[in-house]
Amino acid sequence: MSKTRVATVWLDGCSGCHMSFLDLDERLLDIAPLIQLVHSPIADVKEFPENVDVALVEGAVSSDEDEEKILKIRERSKILVALGDCSVTSNVPSMRNQFEPNRMLHAIYGDGVIPLGGGPVPTLLRKSRPIHEFVNVDVYVPGCPPPADLIFDTISNLLAGQKREDAPAPKFG
Amino acid sequence: MAQTITIDPVTRIEGHAKITLTLGDDGRVSDARFHVTQVRGFEKFAEGRPFYEMPSLMARICGICPVSHLVASAKACDGLLAVKVPETGANLRRLMNLGQITQSHALSFFHLSSPDFLLGMDSDPATRNVFGLAEKFPDLALAGIRLRKYGQEIIETLGGRKIHPAWIVPGGVNDPLTVEERDRILAGLPEAKDTTRLALDLFRRTAPKFADELDSFANFPSLFMSIVGKEGELEHYDGKFRVVDSDRKIVADGVAPADYADIIGEAAEEWTYLKMPYYKPLGYPYGLYRVGPLARLNTVDKCGTPEADAALHEFRAMASGSILSSFHYHTARLIEILYALEKIEELLTQTDILNTHVRAKAAPNASHGIGVSEAPRGTLIHDYEIDDDGLITKANLIIATGHNNLAMNKGVLQVAQRFVDGKNLHEGMLNRVEAVIRCYDPCLSCSTHAAGQMPMIITLVNPDGTVADSITRG
Repeated sequence: MSKTRVATVWLDGCSGCHMSFLDLDERLLDIAPLIQLVHSPIADVKEFPENVDVALVEGAVSSDEDEEKILKIRERSKILVALGDCSVTSNVPSMRNQFEPNRMLHAIYGDGVIPLGGGPVPTLLRKSRPIHEFVNVDVYVPGCPPPADLIFDTISNLLAGQKREDAPAPKFG
Repeated sequence: MAQTITIDPVTRIEGHAKITLTLGDDGRVSDARFHVTQVRGFEKFAEGRPFYEMPSLMARICGICPVSHLVASAKACDGLLAVKVPETGANLRRLMNLGQITQSHALSFFHLSSPDFLLGMDSDPATRNVFGLAEKFPDLALAGIRLRKYGQEIIETLGGRKIHPAWIVPGGVNDPLTVEERDRILAGLPEAKDTTRLALDLFRRTAPKFADELDSFANFPSLFMSIVGKEGELEHYDGKFRVVDSDRKIVADGVAPADYADIIGEAAEEWTYLKMPYYKPLGYPYGLYRVGPLARLNTVDKCGTPEADAALHEFRAMASGSILSSFHYHTARLIEILYALEKIEELLTQTDILNTHVRAKAAPNASHGIGVSEAPRGTLIHDYEIDDDGLITKANLIIATGHNNLAMNKGVLQVAQRFVDGKNLHEGMLNRVEAVIRCYDPCLSCSTHAAGQMPMIITLVNPDGTVADSITRG
């Protein structure tokens, strides 16, 4: 049986969803033989590869770079999972949406040198938005962060080849 | 057309980074920059919100060390209330913080960095991760996973959940500890200690094999800063600032948290979203200093617990002054886990820890509050001002990883000059450039409280702007 090719990605979030994934603890070792982690912040493959079976995406889309990434992820993944509230609703990152980005940066960095994007740092989009506003999402896993058990159930079901409509219904709150 | 070699993202660190290296005429690296590429605006969108929302909101800066933000934020709010937190409440906050230090340091050592020194800096990047570790060293991987789990379970036992618990509040904590909960935490200690001793022993035996890395991984004279306890002991929850130099001579001491701006200035650069804090008396950029586990073990007089003190004694025997190589951040991290576990036991075996008076209540009584604590990665500062209605008018955060920004840049340059040959690149060279960053264990979601993420891009530029060589990773 070939291993399921899994990728995890972190856009504009706090890494809490990735930490909740690591909170699978010993269960990580149970799923290890079933998956090939082809791309992740906790692994060393730099480029998002082709033919990914399951992509778990944490975080909102807040910069031109995030947008570029989410389009590539969608194109290269069979199943796209929006992992956690920032990914599902844009949550905390969207709290900056009331401000025009450059004015916000001026407020944060003061009167001196200000990184306004372009060059070596990405440029902020006018608003931080959830990933479903850019691409089609197959499975939503809400929570800030989603509990490890819910992440485990979601992954287990996907590994068992379940159709996405059979995915466990997450409870909000 | 400049030549670019892209390491994007910097992996096995907590965050997104990008590095630019500039080549001199000889194909060697002449300059290096470490870029943080995300900004989220916490300082700005906190404005106008009620101060009591801050701990829960600021926890969302970081999923690895939310407890640090809960602690620093709640302490700033204690200042706004102008109350004294009941001693048991303070000790319960301490306990949660020690649980977090345990889990965060375990993550850094086992999950993120150990693949480098156990599988090898030049090993196959496809398996150079925690799952590759599990395949080759199943017992060690399991022990590491369980040690992190133990720290996370302490947080969950106290606060009801492992990540972003809403339990540390202005004035203290939300509810007291029960006998059953206390005993559950105590029961896990022996295994956690065994794992930590094992890791420390393993790393002591492994480190000498990395002579080149020890020598060039951000190994330079610098200042070190942390808060220390009343008797100069290791203290993560509450204390005063101390700064020492490379000879371990004290250059500043007893600086109250509220006076942080007397010693710390902040600069900004257009090529990174992460500000550059510096030690004010020396100015920018000369006032480079380091924070975090290595800095703390350089600033303190003692850990204050027996096993950690014995380990500290052995650690300090390596040099006459401060330990300078950032490779030893790993060693320092393990010694700190040992300390945290001893301290957890000490706190839990005090009878007062079960007291039920754990929170002081008041309306805001001051317009300005500052909270400082030692996060796993170093000194964390939350500084709030409110109006008469208790709404935030100004928030300034100085984040642990931020303090290390200048030092990380200098470290990247040093390791790149040692290992990167622009005329003949290979993956292991670039992995070492990343590995120096892993020593600092930067928390980039924290660092980007202002902004955003860090992909790591290595750009090699010839003096004439042409491409010298390129390498594709992944």
